[in-house]
Amino acid sequence: MPTMNIIQAVNDALKLEMRRDRDVVVLGEDVGKFGGVFRASQGLQEEFGKDRVIDTPLAESGVIGTALGMALYGLKPVPEIQFADFIFPAMDQILSEVAKYRYRSGGQYACPMVIRTPYGGGIRGGHYHSQSPEAHFIHTAGLKVVVPSNPFDAKGLLTSAIRDPDPVLFFEPKRVYRAAKGEVPEGEVVVPIGKAKVTREGRHVTVIAWGAMWHEADQAAKEAAAMGIEAELLDLRSLQPLDIDAITESVRKTGRAVIVHEAPRTCGFGAEISALVQERCFLHLEAPVTRVTGFDTPFPYTLESEYLPRAPRILKAIREVVAF
Amino acid sequence: MRRVRDIEEARKRKGSLPGGSPGAGRWEREFPLRAVIADDGSADPAEVTVSDEQAVDLYRWMLLSREMDERMVQLQRQGRIAFYIGAIGEEATVLGTVAGVEERDWLFPSYREHAGALFRGMPLVTFVCDLLGNAGDRMLGHQMPCHEAWAAGHFVSISAPIATQVPQAVGAAWAARIRGDDMVALTWFGEGATSANDFHTGANFAGVHKVPVIMACRNNGWAISVPRELQTASETIAQKAIAYGIHGERVDGNDLLAVHAATRRARVRAAAGQGPTLLECVTYRVEGHSTSDDPRAYRGADEVEAWRARDPILRLARYLAWKKLVGPKETDAFRAEVRERVRRAVEEAEAFAPKPALETLFEGVYAEPLWQQREQLEELRAAVASDPRTASPR
Repeated sequence: MPTMNIIQAVNDALKLEMRRDRDVVVLGEDVGKFGGVFRASQGLQEEFGKDRVIDTPLAESGVIGTALGMALYGLKPVPEIQFADFIFPAMDQILSEVAKYRYRSGGQYACPMVIRTPYGGGIRGGHYHSQSPEAHFIHTAGLKVVVPSNPFDAKGLLTSAIRDPDPVLFFEPKRVYRAAKGEVPEGEVVVPIGKAKVTREGRHVTVIAWGAMWHEADQAAKEAAAMGIEAELLDLRSLQPLDIDAITESVRKTGRAVIVHEAPRTCGFGAEISALVQERCFLHLEAPVTRVTGFDTPFPYTLESEYLPRAPRILKAIREVVAF
Repeated sequence: MRRVRDIEEARKRKGSLPGGSPGAGRWEREFPLRAVIADDGSADPAEVTVSDEQAVDLYRWMLLSREMDERMVQLQRQGRIAFYIGAIGEEATVLGTVAGVEERDWLFPSYREHAGALFRGMPLVTFVCDLLGNAGDRMLGHQMPCHEAWAAGHFVSISAPIATQVPQAVGAAWAARIRGDDMVALTWFGEGATSANDFHTGANFAGVHKVPVIMACRNNGWAISVPRELQTASETIAQKAIAYGIHGERVDGNDLLAVHAATRRARVRAAAGQGPTLLECVTYRVEGHSTSDDPRAYRGADEVEAWRARDPILRLARYLAWKKLVGPKETDAFRAEVRERVRRAVEEAEAFAPKPALETLFEGVYAEPLWQQREQLEELRAAVASDPRTASPR
């Protein structure tokens, strides 16, 4: 079985789906001849031609707006937004149009598409190459939001996203784009959207994470194990739809929850998970549901290690919650 | 206000029509206002692209559009519908363009092109049900009035944000070309929309990739209270085409034959791989922006009256009289017919239950409801059952 990193896994999924379905097209800034600034679409234009792998002018609202029109007509566009930080010019198209099209037309139209975008910090990118804007999209009904943490899931989830009947935001953890390596089968890999994965079993505390922060949470859980704390680690993989059963099942077992995300804390997705846990696991809780997150600041440049909820802060939270 | 006064002064000096652009300059000469129907109703047969039968048919469509708009404003004043936004005075622009493309061509409307949906087969009663948001509403009560979609006629869904439909039209036309289909997308927007980023983005994408799209600007002089001169320093809208490397034309938007002929030309160019056309239709919004607006607060009666005299329906009537196709007697009969059609549609629409079923609130958010929507529907059902005031506005 070949070993791939996340970039290669994304590229492989795109290639296989484009071979399988002629309606799949890729469009965005630098995605064609160059193969994308992170090389996720490398080789696609050579294989599928300029009609299906399109270098667009530099305007995100145009990338998403035209993708929407293509989707209405029956194509399956996979637009790339070069960095999640640059998705904001396309917010009107995504929130007002893409998210609402099926609903507002009474089901007469739909615009399934997969908006791929690298997100997250820890790469010395400052404000505009580091953000994690997932909560904006989860908060808008009509969109699905998926965040893989590893190459296998990246390939399998992207395949599912391309086949999904709804628009999907596909956030790729660029901090571990190349660092996260693993065995990925050749040929079709399908990971269903909406299913979390228990990557480590434990009975003392549930740690919930996704994307790049899963790696930090995993490190923290390992260090906790050395101290005799058995943390159960949940990789959510899909934020909308959310695998609520996986969360409640685990928290009812452990009685404790630590939620990790790199977006700012206030109104981050951790707040929603925390509310759901207290609504559904109230009588099982042994300690306050705790969040380990980015801070309520713009994403910083120099102090990004301090800003990110890395393993030491997660470990501290795990120990405090268990000792509560 | 000073800027508005300057504009008014400039208009007086140059003797141009109020609401139009401030006098003929270089760009008005380069993009001349093309008309087909002369003041006396005559037309050069070489310029006419509609058959006699079609001309009469489109005349009846214009009368229907006018009757519907007037009647729906009345219904809104009577409190029977919440809101209305129509196209009074702009009928030639709407119907000339939609009749100028092929039936298989997709339409990406702004929010005044309801006649386009009806022209493509949306039943009048369905349209009125949409205004009422009742159990017969094809949109399941999801949108406010005048935001219809009619997929059977390739009339896509209307939204309120400005110009978002422009890149979408470009995308659909692009998709058709990728598939090798002979389909040209037609999108409508107002002159105010030419200030919005999606107009620019759509025109630019279409230009770069030579997409078969017709961008029809209903330049009706006003974006709510803001006159055309405060939207753009460009003398014409059509000249903006130059910067995108696309074709631009400027026609008298109150002349159905001129609009139709220009749309035909644009379609031929698009289908031949010559790319998009920016088609400026110069017309005038004779009424308020919508039923929520009172234009007396920001513009003079003189300007409006001058444009009422240039009514597009009267203009086509003069042509039809010149051709001896339709006289006053026929017009009266047509008017009676559309009045009856609209009356009956309202009657039939009002017979539907006033609200769609409760579960429609959650339908179509996703292809299949998520657990959140399923739980929330049950929660709402229980709330309504325990206190019926939950389902009433007060």
